[in-house]
Amino acid sequence: MDATAFEDKTTAPLSAPMHAARRHDSAHKHVAGSADYIDDMPEPAGTLHAALGMTDRAHAQILSMDFTDVEKTPGVVCVLTARDMPHSNDISPSHLDDEPVLADGLVQFHGQPAFAVIAETREQARRAARLAKIVYRDLPHVIDPAEAIEQGAPLVTKPLTLKRGEAEAALDQSPRTLKGRMRIGGQEHFYLESHIAFAIPGEDDDVTVWSSTQHPSEVQHMVSHVLGVPSHAVTVQVRRMGGGFGGKETQGNQFAALAAVAAKKLNRPVKFRPDRDEDMTATGKRHDFVVDYEVGFDADGHILAVKANYAARCGFSSDLSGPVTDRALFHADNAYFYPHVLLTSQPLKTNTVSNTAYRGFGGPQGMVGGERMIEEVAYALGLDPLEVRKRNFYGEPGSGRDLTPYHQEVEDNIIARLVDELERDADYQARRKAILAFNETSRVIRKGIALTPVKFGISFTMTAFNQAGALVHVYQDGSIHLNHGGTEMGQGLYTKVAQVIADCFQVDLERVKITATTTGKVPNTSATAASSGSDLNGMAAFDAARQIKERLIAFAAERWQTTPDAIRFVPNHVEIGTERIPFPELVKLAYFARVHLSAAGFYKTPKIHWNRETGRGMPFYYFAYGASCSEVSIDTLTGEYMVDRVDVLHDVGRSLNPAIDIGQVEGAFVQGMGWLTTEELWWDDKGRLRTHAPSTYKIPLASDRPKIFNVKLADWSENRQPTIGRSKAVGEPPFMLPISVLEALSMAVASVDGYRQCPKLDAPATPERVLMAVERLKRG
Amino acid sequence: MTDESRAIRFILNDRTVTLDDVGPTTTLLDYLRLSRRLTGTKEGCAEGDCGACTVLVGRLAGEELVYEGVNACIRFVGSLHATHVVTVEHLAAKDGALHPVQQALVDYHGSQCGFCTPGFVMSLYGLWLSKDRPGRADIEKALQGNLCRCTGYEPIVRAAEAVGAARPDAVFDPILSMRDRVRTELKAIKTGETIVIGEGQRLVVPGSVAALAKVLENHPQATIVAGSTDVGLWVTKQMRQLSPVVFINGLDALQEITETPDGLTLGAGVTYSAAYPTLARLYPAFGRLIDRIGGDQVRNMGTIGGNVANGSPIGDTPPALIALGARLTLRSAKGTRVLPLEEFFIQYGRQDRQPGEFVESLFIPAAKQEDHFAVYKISKRRDEDISALCGAFHLTLDAQGKVATLRIAFGGMAGTPKRAAQAEAAMIGRMWNEETVALGQAALAGDYQPLTDWRASAAYRSLTAANLLTRFLLETTGQAAELTRFTGAA
Repeated sequence: MDATAFEDKTTAPLSAPMHAARRHDSAHKHVAGSADYIDDMPEPAGTLHAALGMTDRAHAQILSMDFTDVEKTPGVVCVLTARDMPHSNDISPSHLDDEPVLADGLVQFHGQPAFAVIAETREQARRAARLAKIVYRDLPHVIDPAEAIEQGAPLVTKPLTLKRGEAEAALDQSPRTLKGRMRIGGQEHFYLESHIAFAIPGEDDDVTVWSSTQHPSEVQHMVSHVLGVPSHAVTVQVRRMGGGFGGKETQGNQFAALAAVAAKKLNRPVKFRPDRDEDMTATGKRHDFVVDYEVGFDADGHILAVKANYAARCGFSSDLSGPVTDRALFHADNAYFYPHVLLTSQPLKTNTVSNTAYRGFGGPQGMVGGERMIEEVAYALGLDPLEVRKRNFYGEPGSGRDLTPYHQEVEDNIIARLVDELERDADYQARRKAILAFNETSRVIRKGIALTPVKFGISFTMTAFNQAGALVHVYQDGSIHLNHGGTEMGQGLYTKVAQVIADCFQVDLERVKITATTTGKVPNTSATAASSGSDLNGMAAFDAARQIKERLIAFAAERWQTTPDAIRFVPNHVEIGTERIPFPELVKLAYFARVHLSAAGFYKTPKIHWNRETGRGMPFYYFAYGASCSEVSIDTLTGEYMVDRVDVLHDVGRSLNPAIDIGQVEGAFVQGMGWLTTEELWWDDKGRLRTHAPSTYKIPLASDRPKIFNVKLADWSENRQPTIGRSKAVGEPPFMLPISVLEALSMAVASVDGYRQCPKLDAPATPERVLMAVERLKRG
Repeated sequence: MTDESRAIRFILNDRTVTLDDVGPTTTLLDYLRLSRRLTGTKEGCAEGDCGACTVLVGRLAGEELVYEGVNACIRFVGSLHATHVVTVEHLAAKDGALHPVQQALVDYHGSQCGFCTPGFVMSLYGLWLSKDRPGRADIEKALQGNLCRCTGYEPIVRAAEAVGAARPDAVFDPILSMRDRVRTELKAIKTGETIVIGEGQRLVVPGSVAALAKVLENHPQATIVAGSTDVGLWVTKQMRQLSPVVFINGLDALQEITETPDGLTLGAGVTYSAAYPTLARLYPAFGRLIDRIGGDQVRNMGTIGGNVANGSPIGDTPPALIALGARLTLRSAKGTRVLPLEEFFIQYGRQDRQPGEFVESLFIPAAKQEDHFAVYKISKRRDEDISALCGAFHLTLDAQGKVATLRIAFGGMAGTPKRAAQAEAAMIGRMWNEETVALGQAALAGDYQPLTDWRASAAYRSLTAANLLTRFLLETTGQAAELTRFTGAA
């Protein structure tokens, strides 16, 4: 990466103004081991521990459950089943009443929890949970999504159709057409901190739940729903998570609900921390997809029509599968204009854990499918896939090539400039030439290179979620308390929002205390998801700070008998005409003058709207762009590979914090690369997920990251929409950059038969898939 | 037994700990977090694969005080007698000033969610202690046992590189500042007496090999624990209740490495890390294999004897050892017996170890300069993964270039690590070339009928096994074609 990336982009003498590269607010605590996660909090006396009782059938009726041995185990206090849920056994986030807290008579996936054991220690609870005797009557199960398509499996939620033009007719009239199928694997989040909930009972109906969740408000609603108490009785808090990535958007509900039920029932604190294997078995993952596509194109590689069906393994319940499969369709175009297009989703019900949000939220799968079509066209015509990409990019507004399949105009298109810059900086053309020459003479090792774009839509497609609140207090000593609805999972949200506040008041960052997210301070929040954290909460916090600042200005104007425009906030001071006083002094004076020094801020994203029925609207406030160029080597005897070099140019608008944003880009790249390469979810014929721990599920290591890894932000980019500091969202978009790794692997494979065939490399491209593709191509 | 003690003693950060009531399978991680409330050390996986629980354990190796990173989640407290355990809390100075490796991680934005960070800090501190100016290959090797899901590792590697190159003075270095005190204290603790804790000898730390034999004679069903990199998971994942457990990691006599003109003898308690320098010098391919077994934390705990004794069908080192013609010495109170390693593995889950016996040592006959020896581990992820298959080849050619001797062994291709007898027979006596290799490849189908599982399909295993013969031919004929991330790296 560029060494200047961490240099200050500003000369303002503040410790951390907006747009400055600053360390994560908890970095010092992280390295010292003093950052407290929920399991690190001191346990009140009498704390009990819970463990999941898991089933071992993929699909079965439960005929009986015998807990005699469980209850006999030393330390066991009680066993909870579905019948023990005081009000409701349902925690369906889509409100389709299809997601039980505990299986009630019907097991729908292997490992589905059917009971919980509460004991004095965690070890006792875990040990006892294995001793239940459950009698089942087996039912047929469907695990594989392709099989589910064949069998016409039911859908977990209503599918979506996106349609513009007449795709069928245009396919018929296209000079060339081709059809294909691509399988895209799912992905385990593998946050390093597994799920945890810690419930502390209070008086009346009250319960406080510390939950490792990206969505405290939803945990609050689910706990209150299961307990049958008003939301005001439930307070959900989280200071930080050890990673989330979407895996803690809805999946923490189960643990929080069970901990809360047990805590209220027993009137003792209850902690619920599943073991890693249990976490990986019982919580949802990224959706696997089967994409069936048909593309019409001309001799120059211009795409004329696209028709595709995106079928997803959703698992046994709807969870977030509706919006996830919707977002897959929203990104099947990636950065390309399809003159005629028909896209359909097929959210399949399978006997697997219910799949859920994961960084990109279906977008990556949509995009990988779109890029496969590009690759197919390129191989069919013998063109460099990059050339085909460029020929199909969206055009400028008014070009007639700027309308998405959901009828939103692409108004802020910068993809051509990004790709051109990267192509030049990465020396793509010369390297591609050298690689083609290398492959001519190398017997075993082959190389590939690919440059792929990303265009990702920003906003929750559920318009109502695009709102946020914040609470700012200024205390008499001038210290500032900041709270907002966003959660910190490592992405640096707290740091960025604190920078916004520090910038607004022109004070050092150290003056701003970032406090744990809690439903008691900011209500009705949205999940920290969809990359929206700083867009939404940054603006809400700014709104709160602005109100206080305006009151301070009004107060100062009155006290100094001047006009508001004579008052200026300068670093750590306020200037009133020619007078200059420290910020805390003004605050103290304001307090004695009875100025309200606390404010709640609010923000809602303007402009956006979406009609799912018609498939038309403006679901996204803006788009974030990026491009990456990857070079790989493969071993054609074993399928092993290495990522030799990656260059990235990514658009975050005007970065709120370049250090944090580059960290997001690098991290997302490696995580996305893992998804497309070594991370494989594997179920056996009994429907058991056998890759349920890091011993069997392989996320990238330091030695897997690109050997040369150059990451740059497009520093010329500014959000055309008035977002906070004209920045852009960064959490998800760079996750799709490593599609270039998959495509580079594909090129290396294609070399074994002279690039005559598209290798149709499915994801994840494990060494096995690479070798098998090599063999397929060699056979011709 | 005489000379018995009823407590284990070790130093935890700056305090000496005496424990006379500890379970045989209490993990160091639970002890730190639950009993001592040292919560900086995290549980990420409880199976030694993520490194979030990394701590350093110092021990006396002769006069040397050696510190090694280990996974606290699968390390049993019973194995800590006469050691110095250093956790992340002990790294910063009392006034909060960070150690240079910590400061570098802060300065280079090496933490995001922070949960894996204490483990990375400890691994990098281990590297700081052992290596000046580490290169990227050294850093990646030091981090093979640490997973991070947020950063993509780039900033962590940059931090390690920068701090390793600059080596700023530490305001406080917990290990360097305590070295003399620790050495003196550990010498005093390490008396060579046998420790027994609990009724029915539920936790035994034998003071000598003879004492070990005696314990096993009395308790033939006892679980022998050397590195606990496998037994640890029986406890954390399978919730097995083991008793008695006999800890042999402190037995110096089992940790001897003896080189003679005839060959190399490795005591059963020699860890991968301890064996590495010798094996890598004698058999460079073996060294490269060890580089890809687990991460440093596992290599510092796991032993080659334990790797053999647990009888995995994949077996990290057995294919290589079998190809080299290794012989195993088993010992019991009745005496010792020696057998070729391949005969030890009877079938899946069954080894030729009688009640009361334990693996004492391995002998690897010396290879000649002109011998060709190669090991190829194939896994989904390059480092810290279990082999889908692992092939080892040991070839000698006669003066005409014909195959004089050939030993081939594979892991992951059958219920045990197994020799490719038919393939060997098909090639011995023939010119070492592509035609002969093709005969060997055809014969492999008779040697192995591998299974399909989550690591690989049967078809991939069979195809790759055959292709590895091609790779071996290319390597032995000067056309080596293996991917390497760092050329000339350690």
